[in-house]
Amino acid sequence: MDLRTTYLNMTLRTPLVVSACGPLSEDIDNIRRLEDAGASAVVLYSLFEEQLRLERHELEHHLTAGTESFPEALTYFPEPLQFSLGPEEYLKHVARAKETVDIPIIASLNGSTAGGWTDFAHKLQQAGADALELNIYYIPSGVRLSGAEVEKTYVDIVKAVKGVVSIPVAVKLSPFFSNMANMAKQLDDAGADALVLFNRFYQPDIDLEELEVKPSVILSTPHALRLPMRWIAILFGRVDADLAATSGIHHAPDVLKMLMAGADVTMLCSTLLAHGIEHIRVIENEMGAWMEEHWYESVRQLKGSLSQMRCPDPSAFERAQYMRALTTYEPT
Amino acid sequence: MDGNEAVGHVAYRTNEVIAIYPITPSSPMGEWADEWAAHGIPNIWGTVPSVVEMQSEGGAAGAIHGALQTGSLSTTFTASQGLLLMIPNMFKIAGELTPTVFHIAARSIATHALSIFGDHSDVMAARSTGWAMLCSNSVQEAHDCALIAQAAALDTRVPFLHFFDGFRTSHEVAKIELLTDDDLRALIDEARVFEHRARALSPDRPVLRGTAQNPDVFFQAREACNPFYNVCPDIVQRAMDKFAALTGRAYHLFDYHGAPNADRVIVLMGSGCEAAQETVDCLTQRGERVGLLKVRLYRPFDMARFVAALPASTTKIAVLDRTKEPGATGEPLYQDVLTALREKGRPVSTVVGGRYGLSSKEFTPAMAKAVFDNLAAAEPRNHFTVGINDDVTQTSLDFDPKFSTESDRTVRAVFYGLGSDGTVGANKNSIKIIGEDTDNYAQGYFVYDSKKSGSTTVSHLRFGPEPIHSTYLVSQANFVACHQPIFLERYDILQDAIPGGAFLLNTPYSAEEVWDKLPRVYQEHMVNKKLKMCVIDAVKVARESGMGGRINTVMQVCFFAMSGVLPREEAIEAIKRSIQKTYGKKGEEIVQMNLKAVDKTLEHLHEVKVPARIGSRIELPPPVPREAPEFVREVLGEIIGGRGDQLPVSKLPCDGTFPMATTRWEKRNIALEIPVWDAAICIQCGKCAMVCPHGVIRAKVYEPSDLAGAPAAFKSVDARDRDWKGLKFTIQIAPEDCTGCALCVDVCPAKNKSEPRLKAINMAAQPPLRGQEANNWDFFLRIPEMDRRRLKVGSIPHQQLQQPLFEFSGACAGCGETPYVKLVSQLFGDRAIVANATGCSSIYGGNLPTTPWATNADGRGPAWCNSLFEDNAEFGLGFRVSIDKQKEFASEKLQALAPQVGDELVRAILTAEQRDEAGIFEQRQRVATLKDKLARLDSPDARRLLSLADVLVKKSVWIMGGDGWAYDIGFGGLDHVLASRLNVNVLVLDTEVYSNTGGQMSKATPRGAVAKFAAGGKPVVKKDLGRIAMTYGHVYVASVAMGARDEHTLRAFLEAESYEGPSLIIAYSHCIAHGINMSTAMQNQKTAVNSGQWLLYRFDPRRVAQGENPLQLDSRAPKQKVMDFLMMENRFKMLLKSDPERAKRLFQEAQADAERRYKRFEYLATWKPNGQKPPVDGPQPATPTPASTPPATQAI
Repeated sequence: MDLRTTYLNMTLRTPLVVSACGPLSEDIDNIRRLEDAGASAVVLYSLFEEQLRLERHELEHHLTAGTESFPEALTYFPEPLQFSLGPEEYLKHVARAKETVDIPIIASLNGSTAGGWTDFAHKLQQAGADALELNIYYIPSGVRLSGAEVEKTYVDIVKAVKGVVSIPVAVKLSPFFSNMANMAKQLDDAGADALVLFNRFYQPDIDLEELEVKPSVILSTPHALRLPMRWIAILFGRVDADLAATSGIHHAPDVLKMLMAGADVTMLCSTLLAHGIEHIRVIENEMGAWMEEHWYESVRQLKGSLSQMRCPDPSAFERAQYMRALTTYEPT
Repeated sequence: MDGNEAVGHVAYRTNEVIAIYPITPSSPMGEWADEWAAHGIPNIWGTVPSVVEMQSEGGAAGAIHGALQTGSLSTTFTASQGLLLMIPNMFKIAGELTPTVFHIAARSIATHALSIFGDHSDVMAARSTGWAMLCSNSVQEAHDCALIAQAAALDTRVPFLHFFDGFRTSHEVAKIELLTDDDLRALIDEARVFEHRARALSPDRPVLRGTAQNPDVFFQAREACNPFYNVCPDIVQRAMDKFAALTGRAYHLFDYHGAPNADRVIVLMGSGCEAAQETVDCLTQRGERVGLLKVRLYRPFDMARFVAALPASTTKIAVLDRTKEPGATGEPLYQDVLTALREKGRPVSTVVGGRYGLSSKEFTPAMAKAVFDNLAAAEPRNHFTVGINDDVTQTSLDFDPKFSTESDRTVRAVFYGLGSDGTVGANKNSIKIIGEDTDNYAQGYFVYDSKKSGSTTVSHLRFGPEPIHSTYLVSQANFVACHQPIFLERYDILQDAIPGGAFLLNTPYSAEEVWDKLPRVYQEHMVNKKLKMCVIDAVKVARESGMGGRINTVMQVCFFAMSGVLPREEAIEAIKRSIQKTYGKKGEEIVQMNLKAVDKTLEHLHEVKVPARIGSRIELPPPVPREAPEFVREVLGEIIGGRGDQLPVSKLPCDGTFPMATTRWEKRNIALEIPVWDAAICIQCGKCAMVCPHGVIRAKVYEPSDLAGAPAAFKSVDARDRDWKGLKFTIQIAPEDCTGCALCVDVCPAKNKSEPRLKAINMAAQPPLRGQEANNWDFFLRIPEMDRRRLKVGSIPHQQLQQPLFEFSGACAGCGETPYVKLVSQLFGDRAIVANATGCSSIYGGNLPTTPWATNADGRGPAWCNSLFEDNAEFGLGFRVSIDKQKEFASEKLQALAPQVGDELVRAILTAEQRDEAGIFEQRQRVATLKDKLARLDSPDARRLLSLADVLVKKSVWIMGGDGWAYDIGFGGLDHVLASRLNVNVLVLDTEVYSNTGGQMSKATPRGAVAKFAAGGKPVVKKDLGRIAMTYGHVYVASVAMGARDEHTLRAFLEAESYEGPSLIIAYSHCIAHGINMSTAMQNQKTAVNSGQWLLYRFDPRRVAQGENPLQLDSRAPKQKVMDFLMMENRFKMLLKSDPERAKRLFQEAQADAERRYKRFEYLATWKPNGQKPPVDGPQPATPTPASTPPATQAI
């Protein structure tokens, strides 16, 4: 069975890629285990734009707070010769990961503003990253900020990063645009080598006891795959960029569906947190078995077979399908 | 660099084993050594010295002695009491002719008071140890003589004390020529190193040292070392000559400077020589025949060379000593000079001695001139003082403060800043820029506040083409900068500006507006001295550049722009280069932020057109209110106003005794924001008052009628507690004493339901509230305190109505120690005696000008005293033994006087239980009656009892200090006191570092924490002091963290005090040295407990009698990971950034530590005294205990 696929100009053994996730890729030993379990590539945990900025401010603040005020305690900390701040540590991590495993290592940068972090993209390339994933996590809340301006920010970031690196760049983004297809095309034109659909905005929760709004991480469920599946199916064949599916991919059928919709790769995270790293092997085996059972020879055959462009009923991905869904719904 | 770094540089490179212990002002030498070793920097022989922190200076000296005896080159650094603790070993080291150098930043010894500042009283106390003593006068000399001493010690085998003046030299930043490693190698004769090695103890060629000798030979053997001392001066001079050949800088044992035909000569040593040299230069230019003899090698004192160094024309000599020996025939150097002149037959008509410069008292050319003038008098005054006004014993010489020797070619600048605004750092940076980028010489000296919050710094900078010898503060400034507008109403900053000078003011007002905002005295200076003035809104520029409140870079640019020390463009470029260098390793963001500030500054710097008119009606307010007590007004107020130097001797107490409750008169107004109480939301829980580190949030419950005459803005609501039905309740803030730390807001549990970001207490800008709330505060203070007998002290809302008798201390904003100290003062303050170990708590508790320990309306309050760092437990034990003895004696006399004072009264007094406030109250009533009766009796016993009667009311002895004291230097004494079974209460304010000296590691420092002396993260686990104390069985032990469970803390304090034996409370105290957000630091305490990093428990020996396990583990099983706690604090986080691999390993071990600790305590707490096995797995108890019959007290 030929499970190979191509993504970001790389040929991968399978379409099973590990998405950016701290618990899975912060530890080099885990990255080795991911490779052993059959991951075809690993997107490293994200380095946050805020991390680049705030961590330095925080360190500077704590090293200077209270200093040069009181004659017996002019400072409170010894000063190391050099600091391995978050970004530097991340660079070392990329290099170590590359030394440890043979599968491609994709570095991930998470941010929302242009400037500041583009310089770091170049350093990631120097550190040996095979590709870069830009996770543009932007919650525009200004009431006077137009959609066009928001879209321009995305495009500017991609252009800026593409301008400083020669490795492929994937863009992970949210579905919240007036016209997702147009946004995808704009990013495609800006040079994005792949689109990763979609990142999940962690929605805050309200703590009734503490009367506080708190961040809350909820792992994805299989239902979440419907949204990216639709857009991958729509975009397949319409953009040059590769398409990566992420969110809600838990089992082999999910992978197969995404590939049929048009994904080049599928990203795994929540399912590995829930079932363990070795679950990659289970998915791969089940996927292979299904394909064998259904007389498929390769992933290439599957890819995009049920995209909007090729599926028997293209309207299924559009409004017409909504109407049909309602009419066939019977209350219990 | 400063003197400490200059000396440390040489000492580090020429030694192999360095034992260190923190003490101001020498700590930085040890810190540098530790940092260099952590960075792997080798000495001149290519190996990285071993740097080891010891538990005390005594321990350091012992370790050095051992290292020397086994053939290593070894050194240490210390000062003051630290040197005194080394003296026993120093006798041994010298007696065994062992070459070493101890580098001393000479500092006052604590007598009537502690002082961290410089004089020679410490080194003079060590002069009988048999050590050579070499004195340096400046940063360059200290650097050079550190090497000369090292070389000479090896050559002579005589150990050397190399000393220089604390702060004046140790902390002065100066441009110096740095010795290269080749210079160091050239001066040190390695053959002598090999000889030292050959003398070492070794089982391969064993010898015996440290014998005990008898009267028959000890004396002779003691004299056997004489030849080594006899040749020592020659060898030192030889080393100096060799050094001169190498570097061009020539030194002599005695260096004469002045007129070759001088008739009047001053003899002195230390940094004062520099000021005296300036004076001599000035006076000789005027034709006066004066000179200065600098003493460098003080021991062995080479009398022949001394006499030879004096000009033949000398007829009158004044010897100046920077120390005091009460009762002596004169101070030490004076006596040595007299002896030398006499023995060498040198006729001099007059020799007088005088004291100067104690505790870094200024020694200026004006004072040196006064000494010369005294010599010129027909009958020069002997045993004089200079620099003060001694109106009691009339010893002081008058001097003309206007006399100046400052060179016109030297630029002199003074900067007033706040510690938090980065002024000092910027000025140190400016010196570096000028020192490195120009041929100019540069000097910086920095004067700091004694307060740890809102402290003022004054930077004194000099730059010029000539070497700078001015070892005194700038008083004729070309440039004066006021970095904080608040200073305009505190100090007359411009009094030191010279005519035509420049004034830079950071102010929110524009160049057009500012003139009318200046106090009158400022306008007078401006107009009369024709000063140039510029203004900048530095806060705005800093904020816009992302630098928050740190205006350092902005003001630095202004200084260069205005002063013209460098061409403007050149200066800007130099600042930018320096920013890259300084901040580069902290990240590009920080660099860019500073560069942005540089670029924005010049466009915001505006010159003020100074009008000719003086129209201001703003006068500087007095430093303390006019209604303050006389002593506060006339003494403390003058100190606050910066005029302490002018106070005459008669104004100061003769024995170090000071009045109570003086902080309340020093209204510092340092908070930008203060808490505002929302009465409608408040649930009256008392938590805000409890955590307030400065005692500025108070609660009162009172009769409605007490509201008569209340200001309109005064807030009052019905008291909620059922016990207070019909009464009113108020939370009031002291607006001018608050530091704005916001701890109160963070702990407030009551949220505004409609707008949960608001609580029952919220921060608001101070200036608009200041007047109104100050009025409210005054009214609040007039409301009577609640009768203590009506309070249920075990409940926080009740307990917090107790008046704090510890208020408005100078501790850091958000201090984690002071809430505990304040709690003691509330609970037991009116009958407490406090022994306070040296450290943060002794500084914020007892440093002038004003002190926080206070009294209640009856005049009662905690009596407080600081003895030393190392002896605090013993000191407190002394209190207890003394009080118990007096009580016993009083009881004996009381019984004897029963027929006269009445049997019933006697019985009632002797059998009173005094367990609670009511019992104490009643006993006080009885004792008052007794005293009345005694006063009417005319008998010796009645008079004896009258003098002691107060002791019949229960007294509470508290022994307080930090972990440096309890875990390290004072541990032996503490252990002994705990073993004594005497009724003392020990409160350990555990910040897990030596906080007061800048965060050095102690044995309380947890594994993985970065601290000074543990630059690579502490590799070993924190000492479990509580468990050690429990082994006695009779010690009440509690481990508390107020931020985690305040009611637990309260219960532990009450139990500890009620226990009639030794009690130990280990109180987790967050600290600025942890690198944390101080305003939310109580959350750190909570996480420390939730993660098991800190345990809550109580061990009460009384429970054994009830058949219960004495130990109660009050922490629940950890529900968070230790990592959650570690990541809240920079002391741990920074290790992840400096050494991530080591950090991960240590943090994993820290997690294991916490789990092990919890299991161990859980095991111990579930052990049953009746012999049942504990139900959990765990280590077996180290000491098997009798199972069936529990003893009266039970050890675990």
